[in-house]
Amino acid sequence: MLRKLLIGTALASGLAFAAHAEDVKEVQMLHWWTSGGEAAALNVLKGDLAKEGYAWKDVPVAGGGGDAAMTALKAMVAAGNYPTASQMLGYTVLDYAAAGVMGDLTETAKKEGWDKSVPAALQKFSVYDGKWVAAPVNVHSVNWLWINKAVLDKIGGTEPKTFDDFVALLDKAKAAGVIPLALGGQNWQEATMFDSVVLSTGGPEFYKKAFNDLDDESLKSDTMKKSFDNLAKLVTYVDPNFSGRDWNLATAMVIKGDALVQVMGDWAKGEFHAANKTPGTDFLCYRFPGTDGSVIYNSDMFGMFNVPDDRKAAQVALATATLSKSFQSAFNVVKGSVPARTDVPDTDFDACGKKGIADLKAANEGGTLFGSLAQGYGAPPAVANAYKDVVSKFVHGQIKTSDEAVTELVKAIDDAK
Amino acid sequence: MSTVATSQIKLTPEHARPRASVRSRLQDALPKIVLAPSFGITIVFVYGFILWTIYLSFTNSKTFPSYVLTGSRAYQRLWGWTFDTDPPSSWYTSITNMGIFGFLYIAICLALGLFLAILLDQKIRGEGVLRPIYLYPMALSFIVTGVAWKWFLDPGLGLEQTLHQWGWTSFHFDWIKNKDFVIYTVVIAGVWQASGFIMAMFLAGLRGIDGEIMKAAQIDGATTFQLYRRIVIPLLRPIFLSAFIVLAHLAIKSYDLVVALTSGGPGGSAWLPSNFMYEYTFKRNEMAVGSASAVIMLMTIVAIIVPYLYSELREKPR
Repeated sequence: MLRKLLIGTALASGLAFAAHAEDVKEVQMLHWWTSGGEAAALNVLKGDLAKEGYAWKDVPVAGGGGDAAMTALKAMVAAGNYPTASQMLGYTVLDYAAAGVMGDLTETAKKEGWDKSVPAALQKFSVYDGKWVAAPVNVHSVNWLWINKAVLDKIGGTEPKTFDDFVALLDKAKAAGVIPLALGGQNWQEATMFDSVVLSTGGPEFYKKAFNDLDDESLKSDTMKKSFDNLAKLVTYVDPNFSGRDWNLATAMVIKGDALVQVMGDWAKGEFHAANKTPGTDFLCYRFPGTDGSVIYNSDMFGMFNVPDDRKAAQVALATATLSKSFQSAFNVVKGSVPARTDVPDTDFDACGKKGIADLKAANEGGTLFGSLAQGYGAPPAVANAYKDVVSKFVHGQIKTSDEAVTELVKAIDDAK
Repeated sequence: MSTVATSQIKLTPEHARPRASVRSRLQDALPKIVLAPSFGITIVFVYGFILWTIYLSFTNSKTFPSYVLTGSRAYQRLWGWTFDTDPPSSWYTSITNMGIFGFLYIAICLALGLFLAILLDQKIRGEGVLRPIYLYPMALSFIVTGVAWKWFLDPGLGLEQTLHQWGWTSFHFDWIKNKDFVIYTVVIAGVWQASGFIMAMFLAGLRGIDGEIMKAAQIDGATTFQLYRRIVIPLLRPIFLSAFIVLAHLAIKSYDLVVALTSGGPGGSAWLPSNFMYEYTFKRNEMAVGSASAVIMLMTIVAIIVPYLYSELREKPR
């Protein structure tokens, strides 16, 4: 045992020594894409890098999930042991960039033309102080309705165009004895739905002012109050057992036909695909009523750390491969999201994906592409979590009226700012 | 061997002394040398980090530790939240939950553990089988306990659903989905896990009581109730102390149970201070507030345990 250990150590130090001579042909990657579809999507990238001679090494994270990964990353960075790249979300990238631990990919970005192809709203998070610090992998959008087509046909419903249509449709479902709205009562799911409600109630300008600029007047306006009232209305259509349910279980309710509709980001599509359902015939994807033309997004990014020089080549290879058109298409077809650059052909995507790509392009050009506050793209984590607290307490009854909710929202956000 | 050595020393004290003293000095020092690494590790990683946390709580640390002292702003915010009762702030919820959970968990575990131990102590048949059955839950991690109870208490999956299928359709038990009662489900799961262990502690204590005392009391005409009330339970006092300390630290460090069982509860209504600390330090990037809450947790433990230990240990030297 001891001898094995000694030999192992000797070998490892020998390797380390040899590696110093030339570039390290290895990419160290911290991520939490471990579930079936996500892991398959990532294998595409591993294959691309292998072709260029770079080995892939996962940085192990105990426990899975983004929180555990972020805690692990914090410890690694604090110890000065940077991975080549890490999956990161929104403001986390900027936090790390402000701490001065991110690398600089500006040269690669210029060569590959990222400035023009990546939507400006995304560049807010991938570019810090004029330097590219992260490679966006995909764009998720959260203002979607996922509807079981068989149930919709049974109750004789059509695509809801306005919030009132939507409520009427939910009433129909209720009368027909199906659960109208599948919701998981966890704070991020409730807040994700509320993002869409606010965009629908107040319109694009209002959403931007309230949830991206954190404008006090908008936050305490009557429109916000109305939004909370609308949320309260939606919550009356969920089943009594919703509290604490995971999002994929809520999606499963729609897939099985127990429930009519779920308001969820486009990662829900992965669940439909895993159940062998096709868009258009088995399920339908509509924009949340009253939000057509706008996109509330979040995005997975690969944050690139300031690694030693001998590992920079591998990092550049990873970043280039990540934003290559072929990978963007192949990955996002599997993942359910849409490419992070707007010049990727949509030929391989299904109907929902094609709509998503077109919507993203239109929203990018029309200035209606907004960060999701619930998903950490509207404001820093402290504010985003304070927001989730208030929404969740409103849904579960600790906060009783929309008046109180608005007061609490303003207070919580000011406190966290 | 030792006699030879001593006789040699006696014979030639001048020559033997330096050799023997090096050896005996080494022998004297050996326990200290062996203990030194673990002592050093404890000093750094427990007490060192306690001091570091206290320091951080007075800084403006956000995502990463910062060493700029900015005063007691983190404590002021926590103090303000302590009185935010309607709607309840997360901190208020956490500390009231700690009170409810801590009190009920410790009290029920002690009562149930003692009761089961007394029953098992009646020289019944099959004790060897029953004892491990009660003790077994302690072998499970909080995560396993939490997940199992989560399924069992879920109205759509577990107890309620099963009883509905058996025909008792009026049965209603949705505490785990109810913001006002969810903390009691944490108590149920916690008690289920720990009471068997407490029973084993009391059982060991009961076995240690001198049978002569019991017989003497019985001859004096004491009833069974009086026997336990006046003699057995007072004699078990040191066990109560140990059990209390074990339970108190389990209660205060319960984090995983809440997460696994309730994932925080509806609107965060099942949070304990440990959940609050983790959320603020790692998810909300408010490390100063997280550290301050950790310091307050530590102070609470100190305030409870130190007087108790003091009063218990002071009487001991006889």
